[in-house]
Amino acid sequence: MKTQTAKPHRRHVRWLRGADGGDFMAGLIAIAPLLIPAAVFGLLLGSLGAQKGLSPLEMAVMSATVFAGASQLVAVEIWTSPPAIALLGLTALTVNLRHVLMGATIVPSLTGWSRGQVYGGLFFLADEIWALALKRSGEAALTPSYYAGLFLIFYLCWVASTTLGAIFGGLLEDPQRYGLDFAFTAVFLTLLVGMWKGRRSLPPWLAAALAAVAAYFLLPGVWYIALGGIAGAVAGALQGPAQGPNRAPEPGALKPGPSMPGPSKPGPGEADSAA
Amino acid sequence: MQLDPLVLAAIAVMAVATYATRIFGGWLVRRATISGRLAGALEAVPGAVLIAIIAPKVFATGPAESLAAVITVLLALRLPLIAAVSGGCLAVVALRMVLG
Repeated sequence: MKTQTAKPHRRHVRWLRGADGGDFMAGLIAIAPLLIPAAVFGLLLGSLGAQKGLSPLEMAVMSATVFAGASQLVAVEIWTSPPAIALLGLTALTVNLRHVLMGATIVPSLTGWSRGQVYGGLFFLADEIWALALKRSGEAALTPSYYAGLFLIFYLCWVASTTLGAIFGGLLEDPQRYGLDFAFTAVFLTLLVGMWKGRRSLPPWLAAALAAVAAYFLLPGVWYIALGGIAGAVAGALQGPAQGPNRAPEPGALKPGPSMPGPSKPGPGEADSAA
Repeated sequence: MQLDPLVLAAIAVMAVATYATRIFGGWLVRRATISGRLAGALEAVPGAVLIAIIAPKVFATGPAESLAAVITVLLALRLPLIAAVSGGCLAVVALRMVLG
């Protein structure tokens, strides 16, 4: 046996010189299977954005600066003209609250990273990137090069696909005829299927659904989203953190694996996800 | 190609809010332990928010939407995202025709 077997990816990247070239390629190879699902989701998001009046350039700017699939989908869903800026910001904050937990689990693994690398890298902490980075940190050192391999093409793919979706989706007339007005709901339902963690998901989800439907009838605008989210958070707080196999991560427990929160399989749902 | 200043402002606010959530966890973990009720709440938030967004459409629009939601979930258990979403959209079109 050659010692090479420890790093099989080296074979494919002889042309890359430098200490971390192999790490970059390894990251690229790890993210590759997620590129097509992300592109499909991006096309869908872009076309939904076009239906709400977002131009391809605006869609591109949003994807490049926000880079979070679920929150972009929510933003497009509640998009108005002119946009409700405060509500959009608050909604992005709420939908992306899970990133707080994700950041808390990944930052302790960024040993040897410069300050700039950490704060630059965290900009790209989409769900898929997080899941794969965490997996790597349990197997080998999570280097900036590996991390760059994860996000670079994925990021470009996300920006390109949402832009293309906005260009071609704008050509679709009468989306309701094709049931496309239901597409948001369908995408979210699909993301939720991936987020289901068994019975402990039930109380917060029920609380969120009840609060949201009640607020939908009683309050104007889209405040039902924030209220539903808060109701779910309260139910989650009363329930406490997961125990056993679904245990929530703590700073000391960074071993990745099926016990991690969030989507257990990196789904196409969120270039950020959802999920 | 159009780039409205208000749209740009909204996107900027979204970008700042998103980036804040991405750096805050790292900042927090150096100063406090996320556990207990806070961890439970944080864990519940993403799913709750997604549920809240779709709840009116799923539970309070009509039988076609509610049934199509069930079909979408069943498809999503087995099939990839794009198939579940297309199936759900087709189902809602068919159900609206059948149920009026």
